[in-house]
Amino acid sequence: MCWPARDGEIPVPAFFFRGQDVRRILHLALAVGLCLSGAAYAVTDGSGDPAAVKSDDGKWADKDGNPTFKVEPDGTVDFYTYVGFTRYSAECLRCHGPDGMGSTYAPALMDSMKHLSYSDFYGTVAGGKKDVSASQELVMPAEGENKNVMCFIDSIYSYLRARADDAVGRGRPEKHAVKPASYEKTEDQCMG
Amino acid sequence: MKQSLSRTLAAGTILSSLLFTGSAGAQSAGDDLLKMEKNAANVVMPTNSYNNQRYSGLDQINTRNVGKLQVAWTFSTGVLRGHEGGPLVVGDTMYVHTPFPNSVFALDLNHEGRILWKYEPKQDPNVIPVMCCDTVNRGVAYGDGKIFLHQADTTLVALDAKTGAVVWSVKTDDPGKGATGTEAPMVIKDKVYVGVSGGEFGVRGWLAAYAIADGKEVWRAYSEGTDKDLLVDPQKTTALGKPIGADSSLKTWEGDQWKIGGGDTWGWYSYDPQLNLIYYGSGNPSTWNPKQRPGDNKWSMTIFARNPDTGEAKWVYQMTPHDEWDYDGVNEMILADQEMGGRMRQLLVHFDRNGFSYTLDRATGELLVAAKYDPAVNWATKVDMDKSSPNYGRPEVVAKYSTEHTGEDANTQGVCPAALGTKDEQPAAFSPETGLFYVPTNHVCMDYEPFRVSYTAGQPYVGATLSMFPAPGGNNMGNFIAWNARTGKIEWSDPEQFSVWSGALATKGGVVFYGTLEGYLKAVDAKTGKELYKFKTPSGIIGNVMTYEHGGKQYVAVLSGVGGWAGIGLAAGLTDPHAGLGAVGGYAALNNYTSLGGTLTVFALPPS
Repeated sequence: MCWPARDGEIPVPAFFFRGQDVRRILHLALAVGLCLSGAAYAVTDGSGDPAAVKSDDGKWADKDGNPTFKVEPDGTVDFYTYVGFTRYSAECLRCHGPDGMGSTYAPALMDSMKHLSYSDFYGTVAGGKKDVSASQELVMPAEGENKNVMCFIDSIYSYLRARADDAVGRGRPEKHAVKPASYEKTEDQCMG
Repeated sequence: MKQSLSRTLAAGTILSSLLFTGSAGAQSAGDDLLKMEKNAANVVMPTNSYNNQRYSGLDQINTRNVGKLQVAWTFSTGVLRGHEGGPLVVGDTMYVHTPFPNSVFALDLNHEGRILWKYEPKQDPNVIPVMCCDTVNRGVAYGDGKIFLHQADTTLVALDAKTGAVVWSVKTDDPGKGATGTEAPMVIKDKVYVGVSGGEFGVRGWLAAYAIADGKEVWRAYSEGTDKDLLVDPQKTTALGKPIGADSSLKTWEGDQWKIGGGDTWGWYSYDPQLNLIYYGSGNPSTWNPKQRPGDNKWSMTIFARNPDTGEAKWVYQMTPHDEWDYDGVNEMILADQEMGGRMRQLLVHFDRNGFSYTLDRATGELLVAAKYDPAVNWATKVDMDKSSPNYGRPEVVAKYSTEHTGEDANTQGVCPAALGTKDEQPAAFSPETGLFYVPTNHVCMDYEPFRVSYTAGQPYVGATLSMFPAPGGNNMGNFIAWNARTGKIEWSDPEQFSVWSGALATKGGVVFYGTLEGYLKAVDAKTGKELYKFKTPSGIIGNVMTYEHGGKQYVAVLSGVGGWAGIGLAAGLTDPHAGLGAVGGYAALNNYTSLGGTLTVFALPPS
């Protein structure tokens, strides 16, 4: 049973959105599909509305406290999301391809983010995943003990969320916010 | 899961006590192979021949009739991952290998490829994600009536060539630490030689010799470490003509970083029976962040010449000291005798990832030519060839493209080639008829940003972000070139939309074959590069083209099945971060041309 969805919202048939944001309709359609299969309901992406509402020294969160991105009208990307690009490219690209777009080897995470919630994402990254079928064996390693991933998991999530939402394009974000004062200390504490 | 895997698989890394005891006993397998490799009807080793020339003496298919080539038969491997390497043909049997799960099929050429036996090992799937860049395997070796396979989980297995039954099996390293098997073994005399992959996991590279009779480890030579681990003699082993001296590796690393220093050995091996030397290259030092590992990081990025009986190194040459770009030195060493400076020279020609082609005297390790084989290469102006210079043999690095110079958390832009190299593992071919080398190349550049990374056993140890884009001045991401190794000049160059990621084949018929990432098998004129034939196979080709004769008829065969690093980097297409606003986003995406799936396609001329 997956009714109603989070925050008391009621899934509305797609035609109610006539003339409005087409992507929103597509996401809704996807959400209804997932609902039938028992997965989480989503409006904008797997964690709901990605709008940034709270900042902890430059680290943004949505209204539910999930990590998210903040892109200024001039295209400046928040620092954590920018770090997410660099860490994604170092740790995830080797299988999932450049810019979250997938490869011959592993799925496009910018698409996965449209239905994975933050906790789904965190669980899969930390614990790994196996999808073994007759035709192929897909195995995502457990990164729970990998500091190069886990110290940056919120940044990587924000980056992929921004990719899923088309808020950040392909390649390195051209402009990013200055490094927050607390960033270095946080990274040092985690990396040890 | 990782830990239980490493516990189970930890055995087998123990150094043999048989170091330097030399070889005794049966020499039959190697002697057989020396005779068998001369029979052009067969392809008895994954490199075609010990000299890695990938040249076939068959000429039934030639420049006049290759345009009539047809598909004779096909075979599906049932595996979707990237298919590198190519099949062997020994007598009436063809041996076809696959990526993980590393199946091996023996096909009966007398009965249209009927399956004689199939071997499929049960491997812990946890090895899959520790394989950098797809679960590829580059082939099996034959010798002494056995088929040798180095599995993903670093099990080296000997199969009865007639039945597929396991004769012996041995663990060569620990996949729990990120060590994997992807390379094709080589059989010389009474031993089989294997190396290891894992440069992105801090795995210390080695080459090891196992007795083909029972799988006992005879010697193991590391790329990094103490002189004893390296199997070098500080006085007798030379680099560019001079003794390497004591502790040549240890002195070039900070502390004990060499223990997780990479230098893996996943490329091709070649052998000169007269000089009794086996040649191979070592890969990138770990991590990709050069700031984190000061020093030359010897002997990563190095060409080794070793005595195959004892493992002792005769000479070494480090091409890219203190790598800053992931330019692994593992590509094949092609052994060819050519006239240079008025006399015949025993040459070793190597097309390195770093974009330079090196021509050396393979007896002494003397450097004769080092020249760029793609004009786009820009990270170094040249290799210093002045024997009196303290930098003799070293590349002259351009500061602008030095990721060490630009530093951590800063983006070094426009470096050519990209980390995948001007050429990767896909082997080139040499034709003694034309005296030219035929080289599949990548024409791709990159931005590279190194940053601090911490080491955890079995976890990626990379420490750099890179983005790739086609080299300036065109949309083609690859070229197939003819190269003169004596002059260091390109004779002709055929542009390709995508990187050329298949091994080339040269033939006495004057035809050179290669495959493309879109899936075309192409035949070109060895003299001019003119395209004579093409056929689109079911998937992108990253395998090596081979040819054999059966029942008096010549066949050409290639594995298709897109994947590998090419499939990861190019699937979604590349974008140029420097193209500026308004540029049409991206270049061709491989996804729009081909899809997954392993198939062997065998070609022949129609009945006359």
